[in-house]
Amino acid sequence: MGDLLLVTIQVDLYDRIAEALEADLVQMISKTGAQGVLIDISAVNIIDSFMGRIIGNIATMSKVLDAETVVVGMQPAVAITLVELGLPLNGVLTALNVERGMTVLRTKIDSKDNGSEDGNTE
Amino acid sequence: MKNEAIKVFQKRKKNIQETWMKFQLNDDALRDDLMTNEDLRRQSEELLATLTESLDDSNIDDPKSSSFDPVVDILSAISISRAKHGYSPRETGAYVFSLKDALLHTLQQDIKDPQELYVQSLKISRLIDSFGITTFETFIKGREEVILRQTDEISEISTPVIRVWDGIVALPIIGTLDSARTQIVMESLLQQIVETSSSIAILDISGVPAVDSLVAQHLLKTVSATRLMGAECIISGIRPEIAQTVVHLGIDLSGIITKASLASALKTAFNILHLQVVKK
Repeated sequence: MGDLLLVTIQVDLYDRIAEALEADLVQMISKTGAQGVLIDISAVNIIDSFMGRIIGNIATMSKVLDAETVVVGMQPAVAITLVELGLPLNGVLTALNVERGMTVLRTKIDSKDNGSEDGNTE
Repeated sequence: MKNEAIKVFQKRKKNIQETWMKFQLNDDALRDDLMTNEDLRRQSEELLATLTESLDDSNIDDPKSSSFDPVVDILSAISISRAKHGYSPRETGAYVFSLKDALLHTLQQDIKDPQELYVQSLKISRLIDSFGITTFETFIKGREEVILRQTDEISEISTPVIRVWDGIVALPIIGTLDSARTQIVMESLLQQIVETSSSIAILDISGVPAVDSLVAQHLLKTVSATRLMGAECIISGIRPEIAQTVVHLGIDLSGIITKASLASALKTAFNILHLQVVKK
Protein backbone atom coordinates (compact mmCIF):
# COMPACT_ATOMS: atom_id res chain seq x y z
CA MET A 1 0.00 0.00 0.00
CA GLY A 2 2.38 2.65 -1.24
CA ASP A 3 4.90 3.38 1.43
CA LEU A 4 2.74 1.87 4.15
CA LEU A 5 2.70 -1.71 5.36
CA LEU A 6 -0.58 -3.16 6.61
CA VAL A 7 -0.47 -6.13 8.93
CA THR A 8 -3.79 -7.70 9.84
CA ILE A 9 -3.74 -10.19 12.65
CA GLN A 10 -6.69 -12.54 12.28
CA VAL A 11 -5.99 -15.17 14.92
CA ASP A 12 -5.16 -15.06 18.55
CA LEU A 13 -1.44 -14.72 18.67
CA TYR A 14 0.75 -17.40 20.14
CA ASP A 15 4.29 -16.73 21.13
CA ARG A 16 5.90 -18.39 18.14
CA ILE A 17 3.65 -16.71 15.56
CA ALA A 18 4.29 -13.41 17.26
CA GLU A 19 8.04 -13.84 17.10
CA ALA A 20 7.81 -14.85 13.44
CA LEU A 21 5.69 -11.77 12.80
CA GLU A 22 8.27 -9.56 14.44
CA ALA A 23 11.10 -10.97 12.28
CA ASP A 24 9.08 -10.90 9.03
CA LEU A 25 7.89 -7.38 9.59
CA VAL A 26 11.35 -5.98 10.19
CA GLN A 27 12.56 -7.75 7.07
CA MET A 28 9.69 -6.30 5.05
CA ILE A 29 10.31 -2.79 6.31
CA SER A 30 13.93 -2.84 5.28
CA LYS A 31 13.13 -4.51 1.95
CA THR A 32 10.31 -2.15 0.90
CA GLY A 33 11.60 0.92 2.62
CA ALA A 34 8.15 1.47 4.08
CA GLN A 35 7.56 4.69 5.96
CA GLY A 36 4.74 3.46 8.12
CA VAL A 37 3.37 0.24 9.55
CA LEU A 38 -0.26 -0.37 10.44
CA ILE A 39 -0.97 -3.29 12.74
CA ASP A 40 -4.66 -4.14 12.76
CA ILE A 41 -5.48 -6.17 15.87
CA SER A 42 -9.27 -5.79 15.77
CA ALA A 43 -9.69 -9.56 15.59
CA VAL A 44 -7.49 -10.24 18.60
CA ASN A 45 -9.46 -11.01 21.73
CA ILE A 46 -6.75 -12.32 23.99
CA ILE A 47 -3.44 -10.70 24.71
CA ASP A 48 -0.69 -11.41 27.23
CA SER A 49 2.34 -9.56 28.45
CA PHE A 50 4.58 -11.24 25.91
CA MET A 51 2.38 -10.05 23.04
CA GLY A 52 2.27 -6.59 24.51
CA ARG A 53 6.04 -6.53 24.55
CA ILE A 54 6.27 -7.82 20.98
CA ILE A 55 4.05 -4.98 19.79
CA GLY A 56 6.19 -2.53 21.73
CA ASN A 57 9.32 -4.09 20.19
CA ILE A 58 7.94 -3.85 16.67
CA ALA A 59 7.22 -0.17 17.21
CA THR A 60 10.71 0.53 18.49
CA MET A 61 12.35 -1.50 15.74
CA SER A 62 10.40 0.27 13.00
CA LYS A 63 11.35 3.58 14.52
CA VAL A 64 14.99 2.57 14.26
CA LEU A 65 14.33 1.72 10.61
CA ASP A 66 12.71 5.14 10.16
CA ALA A 67 9.11 3.95 9.99
CA GLU A 68 6.20 4.82 12.26
CA THR A 69 3.95 2.15 13.76
CA VAL A 70 0.26 2.57 14.44
CA VAL A 71 -1.73 -0.09 16.27
CA VAL A 72 -5.36 0.09 15.20
CA GLY A 73 -8.67 -1.41 16.24
CA MET A 74 -7.79 -2.58 19.71
CA GLN A 75 -10.69 -4.23 21.53
CA PRO A 76 -11.76 -2.63 24.82
CA ALA A 77 -11.03 -5.84 26.72
CA VAL A 78 -7.55 -5.99 25.24
CA ALA A 79 -6.89 -2.36 26.16
CA ILE A 80 -7.98 -2.99 29.74
CA THR A 81 -5.81 -6.09 29.96
CA LEU A 82 -2.75 -4.24 28.71
CA VAL A 83 -3.28 -1.45 31.21
CA GLU A 84 -3.80 -3.92 34.05
CA LEU A 85 -0.61 -5.70 33.00
CA GLY A 86 1.19 -2.39 33.34
CA LEU A 87 1.96 -2.15 29.63
CA PRO A 88 0.50 1.15 28.44
CA LEU A 89 2.61 0.84 25.22
CA ASN A 90 4.12 4.27 25.54
CA GLY A 91 5.56 5.48 22.27
CA VAL A 92 3.20 3.38 20.18
CA LEU A 93 0.66 5.33 18.18
CA THR A 94 -2.88 4.05 18.27
CA ALA A 95 -6.02 4.65 16.25
CA LEU A 96 -9.60 3.43 16.31
CA ASN A 97 -9.68 1.88 12.87
CA VAL A 98 -7.52 1.39 9.79
CA GLU A 99 -8.82 4.55 8.15
CA ARG A 100 -7.95 6.70 11.12
CA GLY A 101 -4.64 4.93 11.41
CA MET A 102 -3.80 5.85 7.82
CA THR A 103 -4.60 9.50 8.51
CA VAL A 104 -2.40 9.44 11.60
CA LEU A 105 0.45 7.89 9.63
CA ARG A 106 0.04 10.30 6.72
CA THR A 107 0.23 13.37 8.95
CA LYS A 108 3.14 11.85 10.80
CA ILE A 109 5.06 11.11 7.61
CA ASP A 110 4.19 14.46 6.09
CA SER A 111 5.37 16.35 9.12
CA LYS A 112 8.55 14.28 9.06
CA ASP A 113 9.14 15.13 5.44
CA ASN A 114 8.50 18.80 5.98
CA GLY A 115 10.09 18.74 9.37
CA SER A 116 13.58 19.20 8.02
CA GLU A 117 12.54 22.33 6.13
CA ASP A 118 10.17 24.32 8.28
CA GLY A 119 10.74 22.96 11.77
CA ASN A 120 7.87 20.66 12.61
CA THR A 121 4.69 21.41 14.49
CA GLU A 122 2.71 18.75 16.29
CA MET B 1 -44.43 -43.02 74.39
CA LYS B 2 -44.90 -39.53 73.12
CA ASN B 3 -42.90 -36.72 74.52
CA GLU B 4 -44.80 -34.84 77.20
CA ALA B 5 -44.26 -31.42 75.66
CA ILE B 6 -45.39 -32.48 72.21
CA LYS B 7 -48.59 -33.90 73.63
CA VAL B 8 -49.26 -30.63 75.39
CA PHE B 9 -48.58 -28.62 72.27
CA GLN B 10 -50.83 -30.69 70.07
CA LYS B 11 -53.61 -30.61 72.59
CA ARG B 12 -53.44 -26.92 73.27
CA LYS B 13 -52.53 -25.48 69.91
CA LYS B 14 -55.40 -23.04 69.98
CA ASN B 15 -54.39 -21.90 73.41
CA ILE B 16 -50.76 -21.37 72.46
CA GLN B 17 -51.82 -19.42 69.41
CA GLU B 18 -53.91 -17.10 71.56
CA THR B 19 -51.14 -16.63 74.11
CA TRP B 20 -48.63 -15.96 71.39
CA MET B 21 -50.83 -13.39 69.69
CA LYS B 22 -51.41 -11.74 73.05
CA PHE B 23 -47.67 -11.55 73.65
CA GLN B 24 -47.05 -10.15 70.22
CA LEU B 25 -49.78 -7.57 70.41
CA ASN B 26 -48.57 -6.37 73.79
CA ASP B 27 -44.99 -6.20 72.65
CA ASP B 28 -43.45 -2.81 71.91
CA ALA B 29 -41.88 -4.30 68.83
CA LEU B 30 -45.28 -4.75 67.18
CA ARG B 31 -45.32 -2.89 63.88
CA ASP B 32 -48.96 -2.54 62.91
CA ASP B 33 -47.86 0.13 60.46
CA LEU B 34 -45.98 -2.47 58.39
CA MET B 35 -48.34 -5.42 58.69
CA THR B 36 -51.98 -5.70 59.71
CA ASN B 37 -52.86 -7.78 62.74
CA GLU B 38 -54.84 -10.19 60.57
CA ASP B 39 -51.82 -10.84 58.38
CA LEU B 40 -49.70 -11.33 61.45
CA ARG B 41 -52.23 -13.77 62.87
CA ARG B 42 -52.36 -15.77 59.64
CA GLN B 43 -48.58 -15.88 59.45
CA SER B 44 -48.28 -16.98 63.06
CA GLU B 45 -50.98 -19.64 62.70
CA GLU B 46 -49.24 -21.13 59.70
CA LEU B 47 -45.89 -21.23 61.47
CA LEU B 48 -47.32 -22.77 64.63
CA ALA B 49 -49.31 -25.37 62.72
CA THR B 50 -46.27 -26.43 60.73
CA LEU B 51 -44.16 -26.55 63.87
CA THR B 52 -46.56 -28.75 65.81
CA GLU B 53 -46.95 -31.02 62.80
CA SER B 54 -43.25 -31.57 62.26
CA LEU B 55 -42.40 -31.89 65.92
CA ASP B 56 -42.02 -35.50 67.11
CA ASP B 57 -40.01 -37.58 69.55
CA SER B 58 -37.13 -38.12 67.20
CA ASN B 59 -36.39 -34.55 66.31
CA ILE B 60 -37.18 -32.56 69.43
CA ASP B 61 -33.51 -32.78 70.45
CA ASP B 62 -32.21 -32.09 66.98
CA PRO B 63 -33.10 -28.68 65.53
CA LYS B 64 -31.05 -29.46 62.40
CA SER B 65 -33.20 -32.46 61.55
CA SER B 66 -34.53 -32.42 58.00
CA SER B 67 -38.06 -32.92 59.26
CA PHE B 68 -37.97 -29.26 60.31
CA ASP B 69 -37.37 -28.13 56.75
CA PRO B 70 -40.95 -26.88 56.28
CA VAL B 71 -40.62 -24.81 59.47
CA VAL B 72 -37.29 -23.39 58.34
CA ASP B 73 -38.76 -22.57 54.94
CA ILE B 74 -41.61 -20.65 56.50
CA LEU B 75 -39.25 -18.85 58.86
CA SER B 76 -36.96 -17.91 55.99
CA ALA B 77 -39.84 -16.58 53.94
CA ILE B 78 -41.06 -14.56 56.92
CA SER B 79 -37.68 -13.06 57.75
CA ILE B 80 -36.79 -12.24 54.14
CA SER B 81 -40.11 -10.51 53.62
CA ARG B 82 -39.58 -8.68 56.89
CA ALA B 83 -36.09 -7.59 55.85
CA LYS B 84 -37.50 -6.19 52.63
CA HIS B 85 -40.35 -4.42 54.37
CA GLY B 86 -37.94 -2.64 56.65
CA TYR B 87 -38.42 -4.43 59.96
CA SER B 88 -35.53 -3.95 62.38
CA PRO B 89 -33.49 -7.02 63.41
CA ARG B 90 -34.81 -6.67 66.95
CA GLU B 91 -38.42 -6.83 65.80
CA THR B 92 -37.78 -9.89 63.69
CA GLY B 93 -35.91 -11.59 66.51
CA ALA B 94 -38.61 -10.69 69.01
CA TYR B 95 -41.20 -12.32 66.78
CA VAL B 96 -39.56 -15.73 66.98
CA PHE B 97 -38.65 -15.48 70.63
CA SER B 98 -42.17 -14.47 71.60
CA LEU B 99 -43.20 -17.92 70.33
CA LYS B 100 -40.86 -19.43 72.89
CA ASP B 101 -42.52 -17.41 75.63
CA ALA B 102 -45.93 -18.66 74.53
CA LEU B 103 -44.80 -22.29 74.37
CA LEU B 104 -43.08 -22.18 77.74
CA HIS B 105 -46.06 -20.44 79.26
CA THR B 106 -48.33 -23.28 78.17
CA LEU B 107 -45.87 -25.93 79.33
CA GLN B 108 -45.77 -24.30 82.73
CA GLN B 109 -49.53 -24.55 83.04
CA ASP B 110 -49.80 -28.15 81.91
CA ILE B 111 -46.78 -29.99 83.29
CA LYS B 112 -46.93 -30.21 87.03
CA ASP B 113 -43.77 -32.22 87.71
CA PRO B 114 -40.93 -29.65 88.16
CA GLN B 115 -38.25 -32.08 86.94
CA GLU B 116 -40.17 -32.87 83.75
CA LEU B 117 -41.04 -29.21 83.24
CA TYR B 118 -37.38 -28.27 83.45
CA VAL B 119 -36.27 -30.91 80.97
CA GLN B 120 -39.00 -30.04 78.48
CA SER B 121 -38.48 -26.29 78.81
CA LEU B 122 -34.81 -26.73 78.10
CA LYS B 123 -35.55 -28.74 74.98
CA ILE B 124 -38.04 -26.23 73.67
CA SER B 125 -35.72 -23.36 74.48
CA ARG B 126 -32.92 -24.91 72.55
CA LEU B 127 -35.16 -25.68 69.60
CA ILE B 128 -36.61 -22.18 69.34
CA ASP B 129 -33.18 -20.61 69.86
CA SER B 130 -31.92 -22.51 66.88
CA PHE B 131 -34.89 -21.31 64.86
CA GLY B 132 -34.13 -17.81 66.04
CA ILE B 133 -30.61 -18.07 64.67
CA THR B 134 -31.90 -19.39 61.35
CA THR B 135 -34.32 -16.49 61.17
CA PHE B 136 -31.49 -14.10 61.78
CA GLU B 137 -29.27 -15.59 59.16
CA THR B 138 -31.98 -15.33 56.53
CA PHE B 139 -32.91 -11.87 57.74
CA ILE B 140 -29.36 -10.72 57.14
CA LYS B 141 -29.29 -12.51 53.81
CA GLY B 142 -32.48 -10.67 52.84
CA ARG B 143 -30.92 -7.38 53.79
CA GLU B 144 -27.76 -8.19 51.89
CA GLU B 145 -29.80 -8.95 48.80
CA VAL B 146 -31.41 -5.54 49.08
CA ILE B 147 -28.00 -3.88 49.47
CA LEU B 148 -26.52 -5.84 46.59
CA ARG B 149 -29.35 -4.93 44.29
CA GLN B 150 -28.98 -1.28 45.19
CA THR B 151 -25.23 -1.36 44.62
CA ASP B 152 -25.78 -2.85 41.19
CA GLU B 153 -28.35 -0.24 40.36
CA ILE B 154 -26.13 2.59 41.54
CA SER B 155 -23.16 1.41 39.54
CA GLU B 156 -25.32 1.03 36.48
CA ILE B 157 -26.91 4.42 36.84
CA SER B 158 -23.70 6.17 37.70
CA THR B 159 -21.75 5.51 34.53
CA PRO B 160 -23.63 7.16 31.71
CA VAL B 161 -21.48 7.83 28.68
CA ILE B 162 -22.78 10.91 26.90
CA ARG B 163 -22.13 11.67 23.30
CA VAL B 164 -21.60 15.42 23.34
CA TRP B 165 -20.51 15.89 19.77
CA ASP B 166 -19.70 13.88 16.71
CA GLY B 167 -16.54 12.10 17.80
CA ILE B 168 -16.58 13.35 21.38
CA VAL B 169 -17.94 11.39 24.33
CA ALA B 170 -18.11 12.58 27.92
CA LEU B 171 -18.40 10.59 31.12
CA PRO B 172 -19.27 12.45 34.30
CA ILE B 173 -18.15 10.44 37.31
CA ILE B 174 -20.18 10.97 40.46
CA GLY B 175 -19.17 9.43 43.77
CA THR B 176 -16.08 7.66 44.98
CA LEU B 177 -14.00 5.71 42.50
CA ASP B 178 -12.99 2.27 43.68
CA SER B 179 -11.49 -0.59 41.71
CA ALA B 180 -14.82 -2.20 40.85
CA ARG B 181 -16.34 1.06 39.66
CA THR B 182 -13.27 2.02 37.68
CA GLN B 183 -13.62 -1.28 35.88
CA ILE B 184 -17.23 -0.53 34.95
CA VAL B 185 -16.40 3.06 34.03
CA MET B 186 -13.51 1.92 31.87
CA GLU B 187 -15.51 -0.80 30.15
CA SER B 188 -18.50 1.37 29.33
CA LEU B 189 -16.29 4.23 28.17
CA LEU B 190 -14.21 2.03 25.88
CA GLN B 191 -17.33 0.32 24.57
CA GLN B 192 -18.88 3.67 23.73
CA ILE B 193 -15.69 4.83 22.05
CA VAL B 194 -15.83 1.82 19.78
CA GLU B 195 -19.54 2.16 19.09
CA THR B 196 -19.50 5.85 18.30
CA SER B 197 -15.94 5.71 16.94
CA SER B 198 -15.10 8.78 18.91
CA SER B 199 -11.59 10.08 19.03
CA ILE B 200 -11.94 12.13 22.18
CA ALA B 201 -13.20 11.12 25.61
CA ILE B 202 -13.78 13.61 28.40
CA LEU B 203 -13.74 12.32 31.98
CA ASP B 204 -15.47 14.81 34.23
CA ILE B 205 -14.56 14.31 37.87
CA SER B 206 -16.40 17.28 39.40
CA GLY B 207 -18.63 14.77 41.22
CA VAL B 208 -15.76 12.86 42.78
CA PRO B 209 -15.53 13.94 46.43
CA ALA B 210 -11.86 13.20 46.97
CA VAL B 211 -8.91 12.05 44.95
CA ASP B 212 -6.29 9.97 46.69
CA SER B 213 -3.39 8.16 45.13
CA LEU B 214 -5.55 5.10 44.44
CA VAL B 215 -8.26 7.06 42.66
CA ALA B 216 -5.59 8.90 40.69
CA GLN B 217 -4.09 5.60 39.68
CA HIS B 218 -7.51 4.40 38.50
CA LEU B 219 -7.91 7.58 36.47
CA LEU B 220 -4.48 7.13 34.91
CA LYS B 221 -5.38 3.56 33.98
CA THR B 222 -8.57 4.69 32.29
CA VAL B 223 -6.63 7.33 30.38
CA SER B 224 -4.00 4.79 29.28
CA ALA B 225 -6.68 2.37 28.12
CA THR B 226 -8.43 5.07 26.08
CA ARG B 227 -5.12 5.97 24.50
CA LEU B 228 -4.49 2.35 23.60
CA MET B 229 -7.82 2.35 21.80
CA GLY B 230 -6.62 5.28 19.77
CA ALA B 231 -8.59 8.04 21.42
CA GLU B 232 -7.44 11.04 23.40
CA CYS B 233 -8.62 11.44 26.97
CA ILE B 234 -9.21 14.74 28.73
CA ILE B 235 -9.84 14.97 32.47
CA SER B 236 -12.03 17.88 33.45
CA GLY B 237 -13.77 19.24 36.50
CA ILE B 238 -10.74 19.34 38.74
CA ARG B 239 -11.60 21.39 41.78
CA PRO B 240 -8.96 23.50 43.56
CA GLU B 241 -8.89 21.13 46.57
CA ILE B 242 -8.31 18.19 44.29
CA ALA B 243 -5.50 20.01 42.51
CA GLN B 244 -3.95 20.63 45.94
CA THR B 245 -4.17 17.00 47.05
CA VAL B 246 -2.83 15.75 43.74
CA VAL B 247 0.24 17.93 44.03
CA HIS B 248 0.74 17.15 47.73
CA LEU B 249 0.56 13.44 47.04
CA GLY B 250 3.10 13.85 44.28
CA ILE B 251 0.87 12.30 41.60
CA ASP B 252 2.16 12.96 38.13
CA LEU B 253 -0.64 14.04 35.80
CA SER B 254 1.67 15.80 33.37
CA GLY B 255 1.04 13.31 30.56
CA ILE B 256 -2.69 13.97 30.64
CA ILE B 257 -4.68 16.92 29.39
CA THR B 258 -6.43 18.33 32.45
CA LYS B 259 -8.99 21.10 32.38
CA ALA B 260 -10.82 22.95 35.14
CA SER B 261 -14.27 22.71 33.62
CA LEU B 262 -16.18 20.63 31.14
CA ALA B 263 -16.58 23.72 28.97
CA SER B 264 -12.86 24.22 28.56
CA ALA B 265 -12.39 20.50 27.96
CA LEU B 266 -14.94 20.69 25.17
CA LYS B 267 -13.13 23.69 23.73
CA THR B 268 -9.88 21.74 23.71
CA ALA B 269 -11.64 18.82 22.07
CA PHE B 270 -12.97 21.11 19.33
CA ASN B 271 -9.46 22.42 18.82
CA ILE B 272 -8.03 18.93 18.45
CA LEU B 273 -10.72 18.02 15.93
CA HIS B 274 -10.20 21.34 14.11
CA LEU B 275 -13.77 22.36 14.76
CA GLN B 276 -14.90 25.91 15.24
CA VAL B 277 -17.93 27.26 17.04
CA VAL B 278 -19.24 30.35 15.27
CA LYS B 279 -21.90 32.75 16.44
CA LYS B 280 -24.81 33.04 14.05
